[in-house]
Amino acid sequence: MKHVLAVLVENKPGVLTRVAGLFSRRGFNIENIAVGETVTPGISRMTITVEGSDTIVEQVAKQLHKLVNVIRVSNLSSEPSVMRELMLIKVNAEPGSRSDIQQIVETFRGKVIDVSPDSMVIEVTGHDEKLEAIKLLLVDFGIREIVRTGKVALLRGPKVTRES
Amino acid sequence: MKKKAARGSAMIMSALEKEGVEIIFGFPGGAVLPLYNQLYDASIKHILVRHEQAAVHAADGYARVTGKPGVVFATSGPGATNLVTGIANAYMDSVPLVLITGQVASRAIGTDAFQEADITGITLPITKHNYLVKQVEDLPGILSEAFYIASTGRRGPVLIDVPKDVFDQEAPFHYDRNCDIAGYKPTYEGHAGQISRAVKAIRDARQPVFFGGGGLIRSGASQVLGEFAEEAQIPVILTLMGLGAYPGDGRLFLGMPGMHGSVTANYALSEADLIIAAGVRFDDRVTGKLESFASSARIIHIDIDPAEIGKNVQIDIPIVGDVKLVLEALKKKLRPGHTSKWWKKITAWQNRHPLPGWANSPEGSLKPQFVIKELSRLCEEERIVATDVGQHQMWAAQHFVVREPNTFITSGGLGTMGYGFPAAVGAKLAAPDKRVVCISGDGGFQMNIQELATAVYNQIDIIIAVINNGYLGMVRQWQDIFFDKRYACTALKCNPDFVRVAEAYGAKGLRAETEKEATGAIEKALAEKGPVLIDFVVEPEENVYPMVAPNQPINEIIVGGDQK
Repeated sequence: MKHVLAVLVENKPGVLTRVAGLFSRRGFNIENIAVGETVTPGISRMTITVEGSDTIVEQVAKQLHKLVNVIRVSNLSSEPSVMRELMLIKVNAEPGSRSDIQQIVETFRGKVIDVSPDSMVIEVTGHDEKLEAIKLLLVDFGIREIVRTGKVALLRGPKVTRES
Repeated sequence: MKKKAARGSAMIMSALEKEGVEIIFGFPGGAVLPLYNQLYDASIKHILVRHEQAAVHAADGYARVTGKPGVVFATSGPGATNLVTGIANAYMDSVPLVLITGQVASRAIGTDAFQEADITGITLPITKHNYLVKQVEDLPGILSEAFYIASTGRRGPVLIDVPKDVFDQEAPFHYDRNCDIAGYKPTYEGHAGQISRAVKAIRDARQPVFFGGGGLIRSGASQVLGEFAEEAQIPVILTLMGLGAYPGDGRLFLGMPGMHGSVTANYALSEADLIIAAGVRFDDRVTGKLESFASSARIIHIDIDPAEIGKNVQIDIPIVGDVKLVLEALKKKLRPGHTSKWWKKITAWQNRHPLPGWANSPEGSLKPQFVIKELSRLCEEERIVATDVGQHQMWAAQHFVVREPNTFITSGGLGTMGYGFPAAVGAKLAAPDKRVVCISGDGGFQMNIQELATAVYNQIDIIIAVINNGYLGMVRQWQDIFFDKRYACTALKCNPDFVRVAEAYGAKGLRAETEKEATGAIEKALAEKGPVLIDFVVEPEENVYPMVAPNQPINEIIVGGDQK
């Protein structure tokens, strides 16, 4: 099963290496990871998606917590939460196929953010399944390049993942 | 309060003084020179080793005896990389160390400068935490954090890498030992609800065992363990790292578990209905095949490191906390145990399989086990034994009677050959009034043989017992049992004359080839001052028994020795 962990860390040099190194040396797999600032200066938030049983993910969380620069680890998969990922797709777009592509993009509530004589860049945000679905529809036009941010997530409702 | 300005190197020396550091183990070099220049005027003693690895092992031995962090200085590049094995060793056995390495100057970092190595990167997986000091303003905070992290919670090594120019830069200096680190808050008190559940489980148990490890030693839990075991009439089993937490000749002691543990300890763990595991990490050398380990027991696991709980073995009642505090809490609620039926069973095992003996030696030859027993018999009560790694280590664990905590100094987790001798030097410096014996092998001793110079120069009173069988004995034993006696590369065919090596360094050297000579040599060595090496030339192909083959159930034990 996939688990999404929210990891609050001190924004210090090498902290990403410490986290990534821990995963590789303990034999855990990172599916994806997204890092950014939080509302508190000096604290960053990593959202890490891990594949594994509950026992393995519990061990991952405990090992992460042992790192001195890690302040808080919480498993967002065990509570109701909202999750999003952003994907940019560069797709072949001859003048004749543009309107077809446009229609697909609208259905998925995406955006066309760049157009050239024979290509388009599309921005889509959502869950895994949604991103996979649009990818599948665009394959026939010829996908040139894809980039994804990795998942980010927040708990539903007023509750927050705090530093302490 | 107005903060006075100080240079980086002065900040370090001042911090060490405030932390009560008495001895630094180290080796100078280019990048760390400004710090050594500061040391020149300081009151703290410095022990100059002959290889940086020995500095870490000696600081490690010192830390295990005193419970205080051992301190190491080394230079950048090769100086720092030579520390690596020692750091990994301390990390595996949770030994508090603070290591300060010089680094190339800030502006040269990342340019592959002369003697540059990314030591914070290299030691990332083997330190509890590490720091590269970017600016001198950060140094006071880093120093106090390093000592705090190394010596609290689950102990461990912390490394501080200091660029050469940072030693010379000035900044306001105020040293505050109180630090508050957002991501580091060890739990000491056990959860009250879990303690109640544990008490009930102990009350309900018919066949309980206490199974303790290095955590007992680090937390100073020996006394409470003794009272706890006595009250509950629970048999005590200690891992290699736990030896000394309960007297080795104590009434309730069953010995060591696992690969070379006692038959009784392994049977008791296998048939127990409750295991109280305290400060242990269920290492594969202890559990054997995990699926069949303690299959009929409920397990209470007390540990200060939450990540140890459930790592290898499923736990029924986890208690995160300091082992000593948790045992004290448990003891308060304990009632006298009714375990006499269980003890009958245990006594029967003990009678059938007494602690391993060995076959009678052929005419004249010397058995390694005899040497260990004689050392144990003849050395004073106030004593510390430091071992290297291999057969002699297991024989020492079996036959050298360890009665006090912090007196059995050995490399448990990493199994580092070369550890024993420098660790013994550190141990003697930590406890000048105790008899210190280093039990080593002819293989391991040669891995840090150069420290004879350190021991002689500092007039360290230690007995170095080299159990010389002319082989890398433990590896040979595995080749004997699992590789059809194909002794590939395990015979040490060109061993030096250890007596003459000792003499060349200015130490005393003795040799013993028979039981009588062995006893005589030990008695003679005990009367000497300074380091004395005894070359015990022993039976070359003696094996360590009992033995559980790797990844086998621990009750499937090869008894061996004279009980074949």
